[in-house]
Amino acid sequence: MKGVSPILVVIALLALVPIVTTSPVVLNFLVTTLMIALVGQGWNLLGGYGGQYSFGHAAFFGTGAYATAILQLRYGVNAWLGFAAAIAAGALVGAIIGAMSFRAGLKGSYFALVTLAFAEVLRIVASVAPVTGAGVGLLIKLDLRPEAFQFQSRLPFYFIALALVAASLIVVRLIEDSRFGAYLVAVRENEEAAKALGVNVVVVKFTAMSVSAAITAAGGGFYAQYFLFVDSGIAYGPWISIEALLAPIIGGAGTVFGPLLGALVVKVLGEIAKLLTGDAPGLDLIIYGGVLILVVAFAPRGIAGLIVSVRGVFQKARDTAALERSRG
Amino acid sequence: MLSPVILVPALLNGLMTGAIYALVALGLTLIYGVLHIINFAHGALLTAAMFAAFFAHKLFGLDPYVAAAGLTPLFFFIGYGLQRYVIGPAAHGEDRNILLVTLGLAVVIENTLLYAFRADTRTINLPYAFEVVEFGNAFLAKPRVIAFGTMVGVALVLWLLMRFTDTGKAIRAVAKEKLGAELSGIDVAHIYAVTFGIGTACLAIAACLLLPTYYVNPHAGNAFVLVAFTVVVLGGMGSVMGALLGGLFVGVVESLSGLYLGESLGQIGIFVMFILVLLLRPSGMFGERA
Repeated sequence: MKGVSPILVVIALLALVPIVTTSPVVLNFLVTTLMIALVGQGWNLLGGYGGQYSFGHAAFFGTGAYATAILQLRYGVNAWLGFAAAIAAGALVGAIIGAMSFRAGLKGSYFALVTLAFAEVLRIVASVAPVTGAGVGLLIKLDLRPEAFQFQSRLPFYFIALALVAASLIVVRLIEDSRFGAYLVAVRENEEAAKALGVNVVVVKFTAMSVSAAITAAGGGFYAQYFLFVDSGIAYGPWISIEALLAPIIGGAGTVFGPLLGALVVKVLGEIAKLLTGDAPGLDLIIYGGVLILVVAFAPRGIAGLIVSVRGVFQKARDTAALERSRG
Repeated sequence: MLSPVILVPALLNGLMTGAIYALVALGLTLIYGVLHIINFAHGALLTAAMFAAFFAHKLFGLDPYVAAAGLTPLFFFIGYGLQRYVIGPAAHGEDRNILLVTLGLAVVIENTLLYAFRADTRTINLPYAFEVVEFGNAFLAKPRVIAFGTMVGVALVLWLLMRFTDTGKAIRAVAKEKLGAELSGIDVAHIYAVTFGIGTACLAIAACLLLPTYYVNPHAGNAFVLVAFTVVVLGGMGSVMGALLGGLFVGVVESLSGLYLGESLGQIGIFVMFILVLLLRPSGMFGERA
């Protein structure tokens, strides 16, 4: 389990943050950042490792959020059970969309388009269907008991978000080290070659999409419990599809820590923008879009890739220095 | 229910709406046919063009149809610049990167408009906006008839441009065989940018045709572009004829399903059609290259 130890170190460090501060503002910031990291980790598995760029991860986020809320409100299911079921529901939606699109052989732009379309269909359905509260949305009843997945303070939410992110990091790390992970990367690098070597490309992509959707749905379910409100624009809106891919791309797609790193950078930039301009609408997104273009242009492997190459430069310099010393 | 008194006007109105879809889709399919990318910034650029037409009227009192004469070349240059100096260099020639860069551009443009003009919905009042043209037993709004005629004109000009000018021939050459075109001395980066410029110019025309009867807000263009995606997929990515016929077809389908199912479900009809076409026949009905 040596590959998991860096994850445990990072999570342990983050778990110490409340010792330094328990200010609600800081905790709220960290909780939303972790939530985006979780949603982004889902995208990262399919997009970063598998090379299948989804522009509609809102389909899974929204399903997670709505399933959590609907099971509680309409069927009286316990919130924790509802949350677990929401993850399964997300995986199911991912499996259905994945089965349809990958069997049809959609990739690249076509895959991006079809995922976008599925998310939009779900959004429109959710905005008219009675079960989702149509245009009004769903308000989860206030019930501040741990059994109901609701808490007096933000602190327990912080630890739950941290635990979910830790779980997603470990899952992705284990996949990365597995045979399945190698297949997935092979599909990303050269699908034809992978096929020729006997990789069942459709099954690999389908599996990745189901797990990816489950992780992102967990983020959606968490959102519902944290904010106690869901509507069609929040759940299935394009904003979450964009943030889901922004975090891993900026942090480093196809790396375990990319989404967490990216989510931190994105949220810090967003906060700075808010401080500078007093929460003007749209400004944070202008910055996100700009950073996205800059990262693609100048750091195609994200911040994680940047760190690796900077380390490489230093390593090279050290090597040259050592070489020169040895020559005297 | 199926009385021709209702059906024929709905059909004709669908064709008129379809003309705008066709024009937006024309730009999208042209860019796809040559650059082989889906321009996710198309919607945001359409919104930007609508704002430009709106302010041309508000600040200078220009009629949108007059403003089109200035905005079309302006948006050609905007599109040219975006491809040549932003998308091209930033993408390093990788398809996945192009998707992300155009998505990033869409986010930046849309939110710059939101930041500058807030979420308010604006309209302009023109004396002829509510005039109608009688056509058999149907009354058609005059701006929509003009839109239909203009679309046909634009398609014709574009066809002549592609067929008979050197630039048009170069565009077709690059679309067919990029490397070969490059080897025969065609400046591919320039042709890419020209194509992107033409696609963007189509949006400026569409925006000017829309404004007399439509509203503008920072998200106004998105509705059209999602439809345009459907049209382009339906007509076959990169097929100009497919975009034109597909646009008209979708306009009619929307109008008829709106008539029978109500407005919001009419929207779903388009998406369901879109997903079905993508899954069943991704090469579209006219799967040829521009």
